[in-house]
Amino acid sequence: MELLIFYPLAGICILFALGVVINNSPINSAISLIGMMLCLAGVFILQQAHFIAVLQIIIYAGAIMVLFMFVIMLLNLKGKGEDDKWQSRDNNLLLNVLSGLLAAGILYKLISIINEAKFNSPALTSENFGTVREVGTILFTEFVLPFEVASILLLVAMIGAVVLAKSKVD
Amino acid sequence: MNLETVPLTHYLFLSATLFVIGVAGVLVKRNAIVVFMSIEIMLNAVNISLIAFDRYLNLHDGQIFSFMVMCVAAAEVSVGLAIIISLFRNKPTTNLDDFNIMKS
Repeated sequence: MELLIFYPLAGICILFALGVVINNSPINSAISLIGMMLCLAGVFILQQAHFIAVLQIIIYAGAIMVLFMFVIMLLNLKGKGEDDKWQSRDNNLLLNVLSGLLAAGILYKLISIINEAKFNSPALTSENFGTVREVGTILFTEFVLPFEVASILLLVAMIGAVVLAKSKVD
Repeated sequence: MNLETVPLTHYLFLSATLFVIGVAGVLVKRNAIVVFMSIEIMLNAVNISLIAFDRYLNLHDGQIFSFMVMCVAAAEVSVGLAIIISLFRNKPTTNLDDFNIMKS
């Protein structure tokens, strides 16, 4: 069952990720990215990480992608005469080929490392592994300090975003 | 747990592939917003490995860590897009090649 769901999901996920890179217009890339996020939420559910899957949908597919869409549309409205600039200048063939070679090299190395690693059979997971209750209990006992620091980080990021977007550049 | 579970290595392969697609996006694309999206792909790829190892070891630490990664991603995107907006106000383009004001 897990096999039956995982491989199509992974394939769609990779296709969407390629769509982000290959598409020329940013709005299409953003839509591909939303698809990828949703597929990844499915992958997380397969791995019994229900809490993270829900967070993935709420934070990534919800908040972050809305922010991306908002900025793309905002800038597109302003830059009416800049349409040609939206087309990424990806005509530098040498650069693209070199980047592709570098990426292929990294992928080859990663896959060979994963292949060489010897993994034992996995530990048996309990029935309620990855539920909100389990994760929440650990989050608020063992990891309560990082959790609070994360909230401060988000507050600082929010203030920083407001200041940066508001300030007039002279 | 039934026998037909996906091996850990396949999750890691998916993670590696997505990470490399993100790297290629950062290298190839010249649009600042799409570069940000590629960075998001890389962060998500790391989350996959974290959660795969998490289930493999029957721990919850990886899930907590991927939660932190999500927080950092949200902060990074909000600040980054604000920077892009203020750059756009300065110079109406999001092409990264046009922003070389730091170069002497």
